Amino acid sequence: MIRAVALFLMLALGLPAVAEEKIVAGLSQSSVSITADYAGSEILVYGAVKRETPIPEGAPLRVIITVEGPDQPVLVRRKDRVYGIWINNDKLEAGMVPSFYAVATSAPLKDALSPEADLRYGITLPPALRTEDRDSQPFLDALLRIRTQDGRYATYENTIALTEQTLFRTDIVLPAALTEGNYTVRVFLTRDGAVVDEMKRTLWVRKAGLERFLYEAAHQYALLYGLAALLIAAVAGWGASAIFARLRW
Amino acid sequence: MQLYLPIAEVSVNAIALVGIGGIVGFLSGLFGVGGGFLITPLLFFIGIPPAVAVATGSNQVVASSISGVLAQLKRKAVDFRMGAVLLGGGLIGSSVGIWVFRKLSAAGQVDLFVQLSYVLFLGVVGLMMLQESLRALARSRKPGAPIRRAHVHTWVHGMPLKMKFRTSGLYISVIPPLVIGAFIGFLSAVMGVGGGFIMVPAMIYLLGMPTKVVIGTSLFQIIFTTAFTTVMHAVSSQTVDLMLALLLILGGVVGAQFGARVGVKLRAEQLRILLALLVLAVCARVAFDLVMTPEEFYSITAGRLP
Repeated sequence: MIRAVALFLMLALGLPAVAEEKIVAGLSQSSVSITADYAGSEILVYGAVKRETPIPEGAPLRVIITVEGPDQPVLVRRKDRVYGIWINNDKLEAGMVPSFYAVATSAPLKDALSPEADLRYGITLPPALRTEDRDSQPFLDALLRIRTQDGRYATYENTIALTEQTLFRTDIVLPAALTEGNYTVRVFLTRDGAVVDEMKRTLWVRKAGLERFLYEAAHQYALLYGLAALLIAAVAGWGASAIFARLRW
Repeated sequence: MQLYLPIAEVSVNAIALVGIGGIVGFLSGLFGVGGGFLITPLLFFIGIPPAVAVATGSNQVVASSISGVLAQLKRKAVDFRMGAVLLGGGLIGSSVGIWVFRKLSAAGQVDLFVQLSYVLFLGVVGLMMLQESLRALARSRKPGAPIRRAHVHTWVHGMPLKMKFRTSGLYISVIPPLVIGAFIGFLSAVMGVGGGFIMVPAMIYLLGMPTKVVIGTSLFQIIFTTAFTTVMHAVSSQTVDLMLALLLILGGVVGAQFGARVGVKLRAEQLRILLALLVLAVCARVAFDLVMTPEEFYSITAGRLP
C-alpha cells in the first residue's frame, strides 16, 4: 500500500515535473517584407522557460531553435568530363527540400540532442538528406554542401544565450537571396538529449511594394508585362538618343 | 547599393548593373552589335540565374539597339527594306529557338548548348573578321595594290526572287537574307543574343553590303528579333526581370550613344579588327570554362522546373 502511494506520488509529481517546463517564446517580427532594398535581415528569437516547480536537478536545460523556409522541388546535376569538356551528365530529383534551414543551439549539438530525438523531431538537416541509395547520396551531400556555402543551410552551435536555464535569445540571419513563403520557427527544450517541450511559430516572408507588384504582374499578366518591358526599353532607347541629340556633341 | 531583384530573387549591386549595361551599350553603339553576347555571360557571372539572364538580356538589347539605330538613322545608314527581309526570317527562327530552348532546359543541357554555340560561332566569326580586316588594312596601306571590285558576283547572286535594296546598292535574291535572318533569330532565342556579331559579318561577306549601312541595318533588325524574344520569354517562362532590365537599360542607352559617336571617328577596318578581337576574347573565355575542371561538379536548380 505504501509502495502504491509512493508510486502514485512519483507519477503525479515526479514525471510531470519534466513536462512542466514550458516554452514561452516570441519573434522580433512576425513577417519579413522583401522590398527593393532588401539585403538580408536578422530575426531575433527570444523567450523564457515557464515552470511551476524549481529547476530540476541533473542534466542542464538546452535550447535548440530551427528556422525552416518553404519547401521547393530541387534538381541536382553533376558535371562529368565527356570528350574533353565538362557537361551535365547525371541528375537527381531531390524532391521537396527546404529552401532555407538554420539550426541554433545553446550548447554543442551532440550534447543538446540525442540522435533518436533528432530523428523523431527532424531537427537537423543531414538525416533528412540521407538515402539508402548509394548512387544518390553524393547528390544529396552536394546539395547540403552548396546550400551551406550559400548561407541557405546553417548550423550555429552555442549561439543561443541561455540565462539561468530560463531566459534565452538568439539572432538568426536570413540571407539576401531569400525565397518567399512561410517560414517555420521551432523552439525545443531538451534535457539529456531528449526533447522536453516544443513550440512552433510562423514567420511570413513576402515580397512587398514594387517587388510584389512586379512579381505578380510577371506571373498574372505575362503578355502585358512583356510588352511593358519593351515599352520601357523603347522609351529609354529613344529618350537617350533624343537627349544626346540635344546636347549636339 | 544592394537591390533585390523580384524575378531573379537575388540581391545584387545596382551600380554594378548600371556599369555592365553602360559598357555593353558602348560596345553596342560602336560596333552595331546588340551586345547580348557580352551581357548574358556577364549576368551569369554576377549570379543571375541563366534563364533570367537570357530573357532579361534580350530586353536590354532592345533598348540599346533602339538607341543605336536612332543614332545611325541620322547618318541615313539604315536599309529598311533589307532589315524587313531579315526580320521576316528572324521571327520564324526565333519561334523555333524558343521551343528548342525549352526542350534543352528540361534536359539540363541548355548551358552546354549555349556555351558550345558561343565558342563555335564567336570563334569562327571572330577569326574570319580578324583575317579579313587585317588584310583590308594592309591593302589600304599599300597604295599600289590592285583595288578589289566593289561587287563581286558569287553564288548568292544567282538565286531567284531578286529584289532591289537601294540603300545598300544591291540587287540580290531575298533567299539568303531570309535564311540568315532565320538562323540569327534562332540563336537569339537560344543564346539570349541579338545575333549582331554574326549578322554584321554575314551582311558584309555573304550579302556584300557596304559596311556603312551594315551597322544601322543590323541594329534595326535586332530590335524586332529581340523584342519578339523578350515577349515570348515573358509569356512562356516569366523570366524577364523588369528591375534588372531597367538598370541595365539605364546604363546601356547612355553607353550606346557614346559608342555611336566614337564609332564615327574610327575607320571601318579598325572597327572590324576591334570587334573581331572582342569576339575572340569572349570566345576564349567561354571555351576556358568548358575545358577547365570545375571547382564544384554539382549544380542545383530549384523551384518550378521548366
